Amino acid sequence: MAPLDPSGKKMGMWLFLYTEIILFGGLFVLYAVYFARYTPDFIDGAALLDRGFGIVNTVILLVSSFFVAAGITAVRKGHTRIVLAGLWGALACGAIFLVNKYVEWGHKFENGIYPGSETLVDSPGGLNLFFGLYYVITGLHGLHILIGMSLLAVCLVLVYRRKITAQQDALLENSGLYWHLVDLIWIFIFPLFYLVV
Amino acid sequence: MEAVKSFYDTPVPARFTGMLSWLITLDHKRIGLMYLFAILFWFLLAVLLGGAIRLELMFPGENIMHADLYNSAFTLHGVIMIFLFIIPALPAVFGNFFLPIHIGADDVYFPKLNLLSWYLYMTGGVIAIVSLFSDGFPDTGWTFYVPFSISTNTNVSTAVFAAFILGFSSMLTGLNFITTIHKMRVKTMGWLQMPLFTWSLYATSWVQLLATPVIAITLVLVMVERFFNVGLFDPARGGDPILYQHLFWIYSHPAVYIMILPGMGVISEIIPVFARKSIFGYKAIVASSMAIAIAGSLVWAHHMYTSGMSDTAVFVFSLLTFVVAIPSAIKVFSWVATLYKGAIQMTPPLFLSLCFIYLFSVGGLTGLVLGAAGANIHVHDTHFVVAHFHFTMFGGTGFAFFAALHYWWPKMFGRMYDFKKAYAAAILVTAGFMLHYVPMFVLGLQGMPRRYYDYLPQYAAGNFFAGFGAMFMILGIGLMMVNLFLSFRRAQISDPDPWGGVTLEWTVPSPPPVHNFVTDPDVLDYPYDFSGVVAGAVNKSRRT
Repeated sequence: MAPLDPSGKKMGMWLFLYTEIILFGGLFVLYAVYFARYTPDFIDGAALLDRGFGIVNTVILLVSSFFVAAGITAVRKGHTRIVLAGLWGALACGAIFLVNKYVEWGHKFENGIYPGSETLVDSPGGLNLFFGLYYVITGLHGLHILIGMSLLAVCLVLVYRRKITAQQDALLENSGLYWHLVDLIWIFIFPLFYLVV
Repeated sequence: MEAVKSFYDTPVPARFTGMLSWLITLDHKRIGLMYLFAILFWFLLAVLLGGAIRLELMFPGENIMHADLYNSAFTLHGVIMIFLFIIPALPAVFGNFFLPIHIGADDVYFPKLNLLSWYLYMTGGVIAIVSLFSDGFPDTGWTFYVPFSISTNTNVSTAVFAAFILGFSSMLTGLNFITTIHKMRVKTMGWLQMPLFTWSLYATSWVQLLATPVIAITLVLVMVERFFNVGLFDPARGGDPILYQHLFWIYSHPAVYIMILPGMGVISEIIPVFARKSIFGYKAIVASSMAIAIAGSLVWAHHMYTSGMSDTAVFVFSLLTFVVAIPSAIKVFSWVATLYKGAIQMTPPLFLSLCFIYLFSVGGLTGLVLGAAGANIHVHDTHFVVAHFHFTMFGGTGFAFFAALHYWWPKMFGRMYDFKKAYAAAILVTAGFMLHYVPMFVLGLQGMPRRYYDYLPQYAAGNFFAGFGAMFMILGIGLMMVNLFLSFRRAQISDPDPWGGVTLEWTVPSPPPVHNFVTDPDVLDYPYDFSGVVAGAVNKSRRT
């Protein structure tokens, strides 16, 4: 038997990423339909979101992607310390992102804006949908950030244990691909919710 | 052939024995068999449930169950048959077992992921059972339509979660197969030298990848609505329940091609072997598999003609539905043309395949009645629809599953079953099938709605015959299973190729050794070249 073609691992990962895009795609379809139907309400909803948080979080995720990309380049060249720095950096960015998200959600909850709240139930249908989608999509995205961070954490441990090396970096590369995808999805979420005018 | 230890005697990883050698195996053949037994269990359970439904409907009024139980029974029948039987049946059992052998590989590309898929499948099944014993099984039908699925008190969340997990299992299997086909074919096998079953699995896997995430997110939304009450599909709060139906069918219509494509692949394997003749239109069958995968993803809204859609949308979806019938018809014509002037050797797998062609054609043609927007309004949500999809799903995929069982049984277990009982069972099932579902076409045209617990007196005769046919069919299925399992009491067969097949699985011992191939696989220039078999020996073709 011929030895396994290592490029298959990456191919499998790309196929998986594709399914993730479709997963969020279903939600974006809902967004598109409801946006077309309730454009003014969506603009009102976006005005209630704090754009500052959105911008900061976008920058944080872009920086984290840089850290991961730098880590992958470093592992190919065998610079273990840079790999470790990159992974720690990316994990820190992910954590800051989640804290920001927590503060942002908490603030909304204080103002009575959460799924099924009286404020939303009494508000126009479009506003309810805007925040409904906001919570579902950013919630699902937050969950993906957590999964991505777990993957990166596993990689970190394996780098310390010298299980991920220049010859054997498929797991790190795939985790990196996943992280970039989660980042990319945020790049779509950000304008859809924060920049609607 | 020289004595080689079969995969039953060589566990992978080697340090485990007994039950553990199965439960943590990485061998695609063992995983395929584990799927087989789990799937047979669910299938027989759902058959009995279906029989109970038919028994209840056999006479007007309450017979064996009350109305609430009836609602749960048809939901359970649908959920089990679709998510636990038809979708995984052919890819997970025969795909797992034969896909690597067909392409000359010794396993799938991701063996651990393969095992994980099996565990996800089992977890999904267990969760489905749990939902039975908690707050009562959902009474929504397998479609989980909102708003009912969100407001009913039965345990929809658990059942939906089970379906979500099963979706993952199916998606990961698809991912695994695509990677395997791309990266593990033997160097000597080009794309157009792959067996047609492999091609059909390739097309199926893409649909699994394309469509399953949509049902995943849809089911997640049902759960989110039940737990957090967001109102995304609630008209009182701006939502649109029709959007749920769109999302649901964007997966669930392609899913019917996940079900039927591998079945078509099985038939494309069996027909040429027993016609001793190269398959007619190899490239056309390959192309039509891919065409079905693509066009089949664009027809979902033909389930929703009466839900409320623009006339333009109805027209477009109706047209696309007719388009998707073309590649299916190409396959049917190719199979028939393969039989023409072939040296036909009748065997149980061929007999079941011929039944498949007939039943599937009826199912396909009645599908056009439903796809035509005008006729659809008349028979929408009637027993006509029930009869139609049972002809395609059961008469199609179900019979392909039976045919595949009979075709590959000697390879998987190294035993041959009794032909006479196999024929008798096949005839019973087919005759029962016709008596079961043909009256439903008539009932539907007369206007009897589906899913109703009771009916007007004018529908009594049709329902009586249908129930009668169902009993025959269940008897036949029972006989078929008994016959297959009785083969274990027979002697081991020594011939690696009892049928005279030429794809690679027939070049390895039955059952195959753990690494599949004893010598390097010898790939034919053309996958259905029977000249060697025909010239080989006449005495080889008469064997029981």
